[in-house]
Amino acid sequence: MARLIKNLQELYRYRVLVQNLVSRELKARYRGTVLGFLWSFFNPLLLMIIYTIVFGFILPNRSSEFGNSPWLYALFLFSGVLPWVWFSSSSIESANVLMIHGNLIKKILFPAEVLPVVTVTSNLVHFSFGLPILLLFVLIFGKPFTLYVLLLPVVVLVQYIFALSFSFLLSALTVHFRDIKDILSNLLTFWFFSTPIVYPYSFVQKYKLIKTLVDLNPMTHIIEGYHYCLFYGQLFHWKKLGITLIISLALFYIGYAVFDRLRDSFPEEV
Amino acid sequence: MFAIELENVTRVYQKYSARHRFQTFKSALVKGDLFRSLKADELVMAVDGISLQAEKGMTFGVIGENGSGKSTLLKLVAGIAKPTSGWVRVEGKISALIELGAGFHPEITGRENVFINGIMLGLSKKEISRKFDEIVRFAELENFIDAPVKTYSSGMYMRLGFSVAINVNPDVLLIDEVLAVGDAAFVPKCLDRIDDFRRRKKTILFVSHDLATVEKICDKVAWMKGGRIQMLGEPKRVVDAYLQDIAAMQEEDYQKRKIEVDLEQKWEDERREKRWGKREVEIRKVTLKNLRGEEKHVFTPDEGMVIEIDAVAHEPVKDFVFGIGIFNSQGISCYGTNTSLEDYEPVALQGEGKAMCRIEKLNLVNGTYYLDVAVHKRDGYPYDYHRNLYSFLVSSTLKDVGIARLPHTWTFSPTIQIKPPDK
Repeated sequence: MARLIKNLQELYRYRVLVQNLVSRELKARYRGTVLGFLWSFFNPLLLMIIYTIVFGFILPNRSSEFGNSPWLYALFLFSGVLPWVWFSSSSIESANVLMIHGNLIKKILFPAEVLPVVTVTSNLVHFSFGLPILLLFVLIFGKPFTLYVLLLPVVVLVQYIFALSFSFLLSALTVHFRDIKDILSNLLTFWFFSTPIVYPYSFVQKYKLIKTLVDLNPMTHIIEGYHYCLFYGQLFHWKKLGITLIISLALFYIGYAVFDRLRDSFPEEV
Repeated sequence: MFAIELENVTRVYQKYSARHRFQTFKSALVKGDLFRSLKADELVMAVDGISLQAEKGMTFGVIGENGSGKSTLLKLVAGIAKPTSGWVRVEGKISALIELGAGFHPEITGRENVFINGIMLGLSKKEISRKFDEIVRFAELENFIDAPVKTYSSGMYMRLGFSVAINVNPDVLLIDEVLAVGDAAFVPKCLDRIDDFRRRKKTILFVSHDLATVEKICDKVAWMKGGRIQMLGEPKRVVDAYLQDIAAMQEEDYQKRKIEVDLEQKWEDERREKRWGKREVEIRKVTLKNLRGEEKHVFTPDEGMVIEIDAVAHEPVKDFVFGIGIFNSQGISCYGTNTSLEDYEPVALQGEGKAMCRIEKLNLVNGTYYLDVAVHKRDGYPYDYHRNLYSFLVSSTLKDVGIARLPHTWTFSPTIQIKPPDK
């Protein structure tokens, strides 16, 4: 534990590096594209349009919560998909990040733990670019803002910790087991459908087994946090989110410990 | 006070077997222990129990063949690799020139890369801003600094990498063979910078294959072989010992190859285009010896050489000429002569005989040389002509160029201040 705290302090010292690497990542991603940074807005917008067409019109969801309105459903969907994309892309990128930046680990004295942090953080930045669009749609579709929207940063923080701990675990283990990359993409699809994103949480109440599964999924409570802040305009289940935070912190400890344990093997394995 | 101190440092690497490389998550899970199963059964000692100290302000050279553990040693000092056992202590800020521009991102500009690379190497943003112009000027990239790094040539890339790394202003500078890629104008500039470091009493650990530079700039040299320090001491002595070792190994290698060739006499067909003539007089054997009569393959330019030709005449002949020719690896004739050219008058040759050509001093530059040996008539009709069938090596620390080393001396008027080499 003492070592973890020492390392976290160390990590804090690297904040300038993290900050610069994140901005490099963002700059590099859209370099050479015509629309540049606008893609950070267009990507979620296009995604939302697709989801609206598919789940609003082609496979309409008749849940009473949306009052049979495909637009409301699209809004619900979008408020879950946006944070999910943050989580899933940072997970997928983390699985690769140590290999991609193998040169840094092998050739210069570089704090490897910076890399998963940079991955999660730059995806957070993308997420926050999409957020204004989401808020705009909330207004357009007539869902009034409540004060609870101010609690959004709390949910973001919990997700950040959870995503980060998962990233540490993934990035370290993938160095030794490249199979994780393949497992991960399938796991994430499964995980996506185990999280109330395309269906409302109330939908799983009927099936006991599925409800247990969904309840055990930390992402459920995080995504529900977003739903409550933005879609329902109510206070989230702070107990559930609190437990998720504790679990995330525990996972962070484990993820970091594994990362730290395998650290010395990175220069020769990546 | 030591700037770098290593105490009985060992670094073991896993030898990758096919089995290990394809080891998967599944098999590790099946075996149960995630971590234990990561251990390979075959290990390689990259660095094997090394202890050394480099005092502050010293330029410490490390030489050795490929795979002798030099780079691992450097990585251990840099802290990139951790020792398996033993300990490493380094005093002060380190900058490692192991791979230049290792952290560059190809898509963003040189300017942005300088900042990020600088931060990675431990500079603050303010320090980089202050040194930025100097960094760019040194790298000679004033006109390209705002272009993405992917458009750079490898030389530009390397120059920028070097320039950033050297401007970190470390207390301990680690250099691994990075100067090998610079062009003729940039390398002296880098060496100047390194000299500057030495004057400011910074410690340098210098790994290189460029023995002349090592000899010139280092205060102390370690020669590594098979992960251990073979010899440690004064540069000239260590470099010479290393060269002798290489020569001895080449000699051994050559002997082994020669035996193999002798055993494969059936390959006559392949040898035919390298050997012709009806063999009324046959060359049985050609041996290269030094002046002390020891058979040798690797010579220094100062050494002499004896070419021994064992010949046998299957019928008595009255018209015969012995000749030799020395060619370098580009096929340029360095020297050729024969007994007829030197006005030896053949009288009679019958049965076995031995002709010896004694060269007092080779005076050739570094390289591999091939030998023609022949017996023929005065009008050129060949009895037995061996074309480039024999070879020898000339090896020396001097990097003079051309075909032959012409015997020479330098003298200077007193107004020219110049230091002769330490011999």
